Amino acid sequence: MIKNGYLTGAVLGVLWSFTMAVTVAVAMSFATGDGFRPGLLGILLAGALCGAAAPRLGRWPTLALGVLLTGLLTLIALPPVVAETMLVSALITVALFGAALGLGMAKIMQQLPTGALTRHEFEGAIIRFLTGFGYVFFTAIVVIPFYVMVMTSLKSQQALLQNPLDFSLDLSRGWDLFRSYRELLTDYGFARYLWTSFYVSVLTVLITLAFSIPGAYAVARLRFRGSALFSRSILLIYMVPMIVLALPIYIGFSMLGLRNTIFGLVLIYPVTTIPVALYMLQGYFRGLPGEVEEAGLMDGLSRLAVIWKITLPLSLPALASVSLYVFMIAWNEFLLAFMLLDDPSKFTLTRGIASLNSSEIPRQHLMAGAVIATVPIMALFLGLERFMTRGLTAGSVKG
Amino acid sequence: MSTASSHDPVPPKGRGPLARREARLAWQLLLPTLTAVSLVVILPLLAIFWISVKPVTLADLRPPAPIVRESLRGEGDEMRVEYRLRNSSRDTAVTGVVLTDTLPDGLTLAGEPEAPCLVDGQDITCDFGDLEGGDRATVAIPVTGDAETAEDAAEGSAPRVTGSAPNVLTNFTFTLENFARIFDGDEFWGVLGVTLFYTFFGTAGALIVGLFAAMLLDRSFKGQGILRGLYLFPYVAPVIAVAFTWVTLFDPFSGSANALLIQMGVSSSAINFFGERPLALIMVTLFEVWRYFPLSFLFILARMQSIDTDMYEAADMDGASPFQKFRYLSMPQLLGILSVLFLLRFIWTFNKFDDIFLLTGGNAGTRVLTVNVYEQAFAVSNIGAGAAVAVVIFACLVLFSVFFFRVMSREEGL
Repeated sequence: MIKNGYLTGAVLGVLWSFTMAVTVAVAMSFATGDGFRPGLLGILLAGALCGAAAPRLGRWPTLALGVLLTGLLTLIALPPVVAETMLVSALITVALFGAALGLGMAKIMQQLPTGALTRHEFEGAIIRFLTGFGYVFFTAIVVIPFYVMVMTSLKSQQALLQNPLDFSLDLSRGWDLFRSYRELLTDYGFARYLWTSFYVSVLTVLITLAFSIPGAYAVARLRFRGSALFSRSILLIYMVPMIVLALPIYIGFSMLGLRNTIFGLVLIYPVTTIPVALYMLQGYFRGLPGEVEEAGLMDGLSRLAVIWKITLPLSLPALASVSLYVFMIAWNEFLLAFMLLDDPSKFTLTRGIASLNSSEIPRQHLMAGAVIATVPIMALFLGLERFMTRGLTAGSVKG
Repeated sequence: MSTASSHDPVPPKGRGPLARREARLAWQLLLPTLTAVSLVVILPLLAIFWISVKPVTLADLRPPAPIVRESLRGEGDEMRVEYRLRNSSRDTAVTGVVLTDTLPDGLTLAGEPEAPCLVDGQDITCDFGDLEGGDRATVAIPVTGDAETAEDAAEGSAPRVTGSAPNVLTNFTFTLENFARIFDGDEFWGVLGVTLFYTFFGTAGALIVGLFAAMLLDRSFKGQGILRGLYLFPYVAPVIAVAFTWVTLFDPFSGSANALLIQMGVSSSAINFFGERPLALIMVTLFEVWRYFPLSFLFILARMQSIDTDMYEAADMDGASPFQKFRYLSMPQLLGILSVLFLLRFIWTFNKFDDIFLLTGGNAGTRVLTVNVYEQAFAVSNIGAGAAVAVVIFACLVLFSVFFFRVMSREEGL
């Protein structure tokens, strides 16, 4: 019964129309700060009609139909997206929603017959709908928080309280838009925190590599009793929760006077990352051809020289992945920095942001701090995404 | 398969010198890692067991000690160096308190020093014996000399004072009170329930959402790489940045989410997302799903792309529908990675501290075990109780790990 071209089109049309109405309403609200909301009756009508007609029409006619239908429904006061705003924004809303509805439906219902559908055609249409929905959904849940983070950092507290939806920027303020950033970097010492975070992370990477490369090589290449047990227990160390270790470390550092020192932090961070790095690297080393190394050994190189001259140059991509991954862990680390550092002159970036979370400091400062911490790691990530993705996959599932 | 008969060459038994050398090298290469890991992981783990059966509070981290203040008082004949001593602890005695100091140049002894002080030349030694909890003591040593220069000199040279007090951390008094305390009452079971809810639904949610995302991206189209990078953002960004962004976004007064909901007519008044039971728990679980779905999707995608496409072509020939292909071809292939991911993520979510701590601070019915460690140790300042909770967490993890390795060896690793 439901596997009829018209009916399937109508049902999927309503669902798609609802998705698009919510998306357009949210997007327009965030862009202009005015009131937009989905209108249920309009959604129902526009979606059902456009969806039912889509199997008969091509792509462009469906698009035209979508826009036309939306315009008509808006005129007779049944708009799919209710806009309490000025004419221009309302027109843009109609065009956006209509186009999204029409194009989407044309794609979902492409080349479907109007009569009975086979199981293939029916499921194909549903999958195309779900795909479209998925792209919208995932993009929305990822983009919205980051959009809010950046935009909030550029606004003032009063403006935010007045209309929390209004993220439009007052461009006439010019450089003053970035006031929060300037104040953070100069008055709140974030320039120093950035530097601290940076060198702590770099040191962590270097120390981690220095420890994990020989260890990983031993586990991957050398035969010794207990190597299987060892490579397993590396994973076990993964599973010890940081908070369980943090308490005794806090006590120990308090007694040794290492609390409140960057040195103490650099002492601890690598140990949390060495097991991960070792695990990732040994996997890679195992995949390298052993013959090259054996040739090196035959030619009279010592084991250490083989590691240095043959294995390491061959595993540069893996080293890049591991370094990036370790850098990310160290840069994002919060718990230990929070527990061990009290002195504002020694904060890392994450600890500095935590100190901004008070009612006396305006929200935009907190968000500006969040942006300052996020941007470097994102830039690094986008630039080296290939390595990062591989690093994450190889790094098993550490969170 | 080895049915070695007597005339076959017999492989050498035991370990030759080469094998021994190799093993020695291996241990040498592993030594730095082993040392570091045992110092920072094994030692604290042992410490946490030790602390969990000791009555330690935050104040005990600074053991009781005598504190001394020196001052030059009076003028002329009345001039004296005065030492005021007190026990830093209110209830623990400090034993064998001995003060030593040197009289600065320009000051000389004038008369008998007060007991228990002895002056030999310029050296002062005062043996106070034991100082009870909260005790104070004052001694004066009469001196003569130039008051102006001597004052700075006298107060400038710090007197040394020694004394020993029982340190709760190192002595041998044990107590089970910490465990009695955390298991007492309904609170613990509430916390455990919240932990299990958060862990289970956080993990399962992230896995399902990740599976959906992986299916979306398991096709090549323009912009696939960009979308894949974008969908990893929640995981790559610092937790503190995204947690505070969520708090800002869902703020009951200035949050955009509330404004949107009210405007769309879904809700009539502002909702306190992170401040109400049981909504707060649902929100932190959603946050967990949001933040960790990228990880699952990455792994599932990697597995999906390694599935042989021939199989799907064969299924197409047989007329399998898309849903059938997913149900009967993809799912069985993905089951292995899904179960390993579930277990690993389960353990990791169980261990998670930062997320909830930053979002709600463990309030509004979101206190999980890890946050409870922090609460007990630092908010209630009872380190012993915090350690006891940590021991409970550790016990749970050992349980999970045993289970995990059973499954892991069946699924042949990641």
